Parts: sequence; structure tokens; C-alpha cells
Amino acid sequence: MKKMSAIDRILLLLAGLLAAYQIVFGIEGAPALSIWAYTLAFGTLLLAGLLLIIFGFEILDNPLVTVVSTMLPLSLSLGLVWEHWPAWRNAYLVFVIVGFIAVAFTRFYRPGKAAVITLAVVHSVAGLLIFLLPIYMSLRGLAPTGFVFVGIGGALIGVGGLLLSFLKMGKPVISRQMILAILPLLLLLMTAAYVVGFYLD
Amino acid sequence: MTQLFTALSRRFRRYLPLFKSLQTGLLVLTGLAGFMSTRCPFMNWQTTLAVAGSLTLAVIGSTILNMWYDRDIDAKMGRTTARPIPSGEVSPTEALILGLVISALGVAWALSMDVLYGIVVFAGLFFDVVIYTIWLKRRTPWSILWGGIAGGMPVLAGHALGSGRIEWVGIVLALAVVFWIPTHIMTFSMRYYDDYQSAGIPTFPSAYGFAKTRMVIAISSILAGAMMALAAYGVGLTLGYWRLLIVLTGGLLLLAVSSLMRPSERANFGLFKYASLYMLGIMLLLMLVVQ
Repeated sequence: MKKMSAIDRILLLLAGLLAAYQIVFGIEGAPALSIWAYTLAFGTLLLAGLLLIIFGFEILDNPLVTVVSTMLPLSLSLGLVWEHWPAWRNAYLVFVIVGFIAVAFTRFYRPGKAAVITLAVVHSVAGLLIFLLPIYMSLRGLAPTGFVFVGIGGALIGVGGLLLSFLKMGKPVISRQMILAILPLLLLLMTAAYVVGFYLD
Repeated sequence: MTQLFTALSRRFRRYLPLFKSLQTGLLVLTGLAGFMSTRCPFMNWQTTLAVAGSLTLAVIGSTILNMWYDRDIDAKMGRTTARPIPSGEVSPTEALILGLVISALGVAWALSMDVLYGIVVFAGLFFDVVIYTIWLKRRTPWSILWGGIAGGMPVLAGHALGSGRIEWVGIVLALAVVFWIPTHIMTFSMRYYDDYQSAGIPTFPSAYGFAKTRMVIAISSILAGAMMALAAYGVGLTLGYWRLLIVLTGGLLLLAVSSLMRPSERANFGLFKYASLYMLGIMLLLMLVVQ
């Protein structure tokens, strides 16, 4: 297991501080459910950063990591849909709840192919929404151009979430060492992209 | 002049390990948070600096006096043998004089600022050195309660100075620290179990076993979180800060429950580290709110 360096810790701390800032100041004015969905998303980022600093990369071996790493894109995409795409609110809320339960269930009770497929579907839908919705809204003039940064964050989270999840499933896309080497920077960049994107919205 | 400076700096370097700078820093920060959370009208940088200065002296003074009294058991425990007094770096008499002088300066400074503030600062020092270290530490594992109460005094003092009286918010803030202290002391008493055994110090793990101690650590962490939330309500946090508080407290509960369900030294030490970060984070948050 890769040992966490001082730079890794600094990057994770910065990501945590940005997430904390976003929770306190960055999501005011959104509908109530969106605010709590964003709080859950950035709270997950903040706690992930702190727990990685405290326990090191070994914590990624915890079986809960797959479930938690699903919570982040699901809650963030739910907040965006609820705020910017009212027609799909209820349908997407159902998808989020069912998707989360499905990932958790298959992770613990049906590991293997079913778990991988469920995870890929849920992550892909949530990740694509975070990636595409802000870009679509910016292009249509429904949101300021800077909102595309949220989409960039979405792309990063999609990459990070899938890498981590497939690693946890025992089917890594790239080597474990490589994933661990880029993870702190990836977390910081994605958090920074969200903070900037929401600020410019 | 240069020789004098060199001599002083050499002496200061010898004394530095006596100050337990991390622990002192955290306790002083709680005092500042207690003071600043009152939003008192006479808050200015001079008073804030004076709170930091007087508390720093009082906490360092009591820490040195504790080390002076505990020099015999420090010499028996691997973790503490390198401390300045058991290692012979600083003589016991020198440490005693230093501890008494710094303590007296801290309490006198606090009393000169406000009598109530000074009394609470003195109470913290008295509980820590006399009740906890000298009277109870070698007799009962329950001494940590008094260690906890002593640890809660800086935040209570700061709040009392800002509000002009002892208020429920100050007491709740102090209770949050009181409940945090066992996670600190008990985690160390499990990690260095053999050390404490060889020194003959009664600890929770030696009296009640590791499983019960882990349960007490988890419960006291949860209670610390609950007290923090109650204090936050009393201070009047805005919604944004409440959300952050909920997230951080959620993390604390998660680790506490996890250490109960899958007990291990690693889980316990992680909970201890998180509880310390939690305390630091919430105290900073209480300070930021008043800006």
C-alpha cells in the first residue's frame, strides 16, 4: 500500500477546506432539498479527505468505500436536477434512492458481475448528469458560462469514482499505485472546480 | 549581548518539551473560542491577546508542575522517559520553580483582567495539578473525570470573561471538552497499556478491560459532539455553519459507532485523532462565526 506523503495530506486538507467553505457559503439560495443534497455531497468530500489524512490509503480497503463513493455523485446530481431541471425532480429522486440501495445491496449480497453492472450504471448516469447538465445550461444561456466548471468537476468525479469503485471490485482500470498517486490531486481539483462553478452560477 | 541571547535560547530549547505545545495550543484555542463566541462589546485585539497570553502561561505552568510531580512515573514509562526531567535535561527544582513562577504569572495576569476570569483560570490549574495529578491519578482510574474538568476550564474562563458571568453556554462548552478528554487519555492508556502497568497507574483498561474502555470512548465522543451542538445552538450559529457542524458531527458519530462494531486499536486511534480535529475545527468555527 502506498504511504501517504506530506504533499498528499496538504492536498487533501485543501480539498477538505474548500468543501467546508462550500457547505457554509457556497450553496445558499438553492431549493431546500438541493441544499441538503449538496451538503451531503460536499460533506462526503470533506469527511473523505479527513479520513484519508487520519487513516492513510488503507481506509480504501474498507467495504463501505464503494457505497460512500457512490453517495457523492448521486447527491450532487440530485441537487443539480432538483435545482435546474424541475420536470425531472421526482423521477430522478426515485432513481437516486433505488440506485443507492441497489449499489449497497449488490456490494454486500451479490458481489461480482451484478455489482459491477449496477455500479457502472448508477455512476454513469449521475456522472453524465453532473458533467452535461451545467454545460447544456451554459450553452443555452440558462446559466453563466462559469457554471461549466461544475461540469468539469463532474468529469473528474466520474473518473475518480469509477477508478475507485472498480479498484474496490477487484477489477482495476489502471494500477492501484497510480490511482493512489493521483487521488489527492484529483479530489482537490474536483472540489475546486465545483466551488468555482457554483460561485460563478 | 550575543552570549546572553545564545544562553537564553539554549535554555528555552531545553524547556520547550515541558510546554506540550500541541496540547497547550488546543486548550488556549478553546479559551479564545469561549471568549470570542460571546460577541462581547469590549472584544478587541488587546483583550484577545491578553486572553491568549494569560491562558498560555497558566496552561504551561500547570503542565510543568504535572511533569515535576510525575517525574518518577515518567522515568518508568517508555513513552515519557525522554522528557526533560526524567532524562536529567532539567533538574526537578528548576522545573518546580519554573512551573510555580509561570503559573503565578498566568493566574495574576488573568486576575488583573477580571476577577471571575482569574478565579476560573486558577480553578483549572488547581483541579489539574492538585486534584487530578497529586491526589487522584495514582489512586483511581476515575481521576480522568477531574482531568477532564480541568481541561474544560479554559473555555469556561474565556466565556466567563466575555459574558461577565458563568452562563449555560459556557458550561456546555466546558462539558464538550470534559467529554473529549477521556477519548484522549483512554486512547493513550490503551496504546501504552504496558507502560502504565509498569508505572502502577490505575487506568480504565486495567480496571475494566479494553472492550468497556472502547465503549466509554465511543460514548464520550458522542456526548462531546452533542454538547458541541447544544453550545452551537446557544451561540447562535447561522444555517451555513450548522450544516458544517452536522457534517463534522456525523463523521464523529460514524467513527464512534464503527469503533464499537469493529473494535481495534486502529479504529480507536482514528477516533481519537478525529475527535481532536473535531474539537479544533468546532472551536475555530465558533471563533469565525463572530467575525
